[in-house]
Amino acid sequence: MSKSYRDGLPISPEKFVDQLMRLKRGSIGRREFLGLTGLGIATAVMARELGIMPSPAFAQGGLGDRMSIATWPNYHDPATFENFKAETGVAVEVNVFGSNEEMLAKLQAGASGWSLFVPTNYTISTYKKLDIIEALDMAKLANFDGSQQDPRFTGEGTIDGVAYAVPKNWGTTGFAVNTKKLTKPMTSWKEFWDTAMAEGDGRTMVHDYQLTTIGNALKYFGFSFNSLKQDELAKAEELLLKVKPHLFAVSSDYQPSMRAGDAWMTMCWTNDGAQLHRDIPEIAYVIGKEGGEIWTDFYAIPKDAPNKPAGYALLNYLMDPKVAVKEHLANGAPSTDARVNALLPKEVLANPILYPAADLLKPLEFGAAATLTDPGRAELMARFKSA
Amino acid sequence: MRSNVLRHNLLTALLLGPATAWLVVFLVLPFVAIAVFSVGQRAPEGGYQAAFTLAQYVNLPARATAFWNTMVLAPAGALASLLVAYPVAYYLALRAPERWRLILLALVVIPFWTSLLMRTYAWMYILGGSGIPALLAYGGFEDVRLINTPGAVLLGIVYGYLPLMILPIYVSLERLDRRLLEASADLGATPVSTFLGVTLRLSLPGVMTGFSLVMILLLGEYLIPTLLGGGKVFFIGNALVDLFLQSRNWPFGSAIAITLVLVSVVVLLAANRISTRLSGARRVDLI
Repeated sequence: MSKSYRDGLPISPEKFVDQLMRLKRGSIGRREFLGLTGLGIATAVMARELGIMPSPAFAQGGLGDRMSIATWPNYHDPATFENFKAETGVAVEVNVFGSNEEMLAKLQAGASGWSLFVPTNYTISTYKKLDIIEALDMAKLANFDGSQQDPRFTGEGTIDGVAYAVPKNWGTTGFAVNTKKLTKPMTSWKEFWDTAMAEGDGRTMVHDYQLTTIGNALKYFGFSFNSLKQDELAKAEELLLKVKPHLFAVSSDYQPSMRAGDAWMTMCWTNDGAQLHRDIPEIAYVIGKEGGEIWTDFYAIPKDAPNKPAGYALLNYLMDPKVAVKEHLANGAPSTDARVNALLPKEVLANPILYPAADLLKPLEFGAAATLTDPGRAELMARFKSA
Repeated sequence: MRSNVLRHNLLTALLLGPATAWLVVFLVLPFVAIAVFSVGQRAPEGGYQAAFTLAQYVNLPARATAFWNTMVLAPAGALASLLVAYPVAYYLALRAPERWRLILLALVVIPFWTSLLMRTYAWMYILGGSGIPALLAYGGFEDVRLINTPGAVLLGIVYGYLPLMILPIYVSLERLDRRLLEASADLGATPVSTFLGVTLRLSLPGVMTGFSLVMILLLGEYLIPTLLGGGKVFFIGNALVDLFLQSRNWPFGSAIAITLVLVSVVVLLAANRISTRLSGARRVDLI
């Protein structure tokens, strides 16, 4: 799904996405949705997809008048891009993605058209190896202050002393439970998988994503989240195949099903967990005590970016703590920047979903680059999904 | 004379030119690219690396389940659509009042104006916990689960492809010479044997057109199983999406795509032959 920030549409793209999200949560009907959004949007999207939109025209300051960013769903405050446009005259087109692999596939295929994108920590070394991301010119990023960054989260943006990416925010991968339906308190991945085959039968979701689904099955046996060892993966596969008939769905789009009550338990990322808990207090977010994934999302600029000056300008703008704090309040994921944390309200910093206790964070692992490109794990996932 | 022939040739070229150019650029060239990819290798970081090997084709059994699921789904889905579509087409062509016919036909086509993605999303909410199951719960039927079942996938398929089945059958029934029905009745045939011996037989070309049209589209289907089947049912379309966008094993994905095209051609030829045989000597145009 893409949003194009242009005037003259029957409904603004932000409103359209707002309404779409409301529709996905089930709080409006389809008829109302179509009425509110109008079919004109279809024409607008078609025009953009078919490349009718002209390439950026460079006017004042050499920034051009438009650029495009690839990022994750519900990850930005739409006002940020409107304000950026008001300040610089550059309209930002937002492309939303479902997985790092998909972003990588698009960049590998070439001519993605993005001038900025949001890769996760473990993919950056692969982008560098394939030589498709830019070594960042830090002189153009005056708002970034490396000394204010928490080093635990930021290391993977820098390779051999050269910065290729700067951090956006971090988070964890745990699971969300509807505690009204599943009343037994849970603290571990072992309980997650066992419950999926018992009380949670037909009500449990796992990600359509090999990294987390296989990784968290490995945690059942206490193996590394990133394991590539044959015998350990074989055990994880055995567990996954055993659980498969009991699952409600294999999908990374779990918010609608959790909200509608169709699913009672799901693998879940920090920011989704925070949003679900905020709206439906009985949905709890659990970090498995055996460990699991901790991650940092970064900003990077593709080598073939069509509008690098605007890419740098937007990145620098997003690194301004006053802007970043609004971003973090909108998407709910914790920041890596001490200057941003200083501006965040106390209750946000006290939210245990966003800032879990240190002993829960300790066993978590960052995803490994080899895990992303390993064909063995990809085949395992295919066998699991086709079982 | 000569200039007439020249003009005729020029006209033919003008008429065929755009379609030929379109097909070469958007069908033939990509197909050649995929054929080349399919004998290549996956690069260490994913994508394509030049090679000449049949390893990808040897590896096809690794997606045997997906092929099998597709081979079951495609005919089953087409058959279910046929069973629903035939009575509708029959009513539209032979029973509906003349002045209503166009309006009713329009009603069949109008849902096509909205994207299939939107309509499938709508089904997710109708079948989901706050949709039909919530209504049933008012009536005392608790814990009915509809979404993410094979039945939901079948329903989505029949719903999505129904117009493609109704229209060709309608066309063949509409062309039916009514005098044949009267003749059959005059010769003492019961309505049932008239239907089986005359109406059904003469509408078979339309049936086979609709059937193979829906079946070929179903061979590549991945959206409906993902959204209404909860991603638990894995078809060859889903395998392709994963191979290109997730594991980025383009050569293996290409080998599967080529195999799928070959299978589709075989299905088309078989359907063509069956319908030619069933409907006598009449030639059948499938597309």
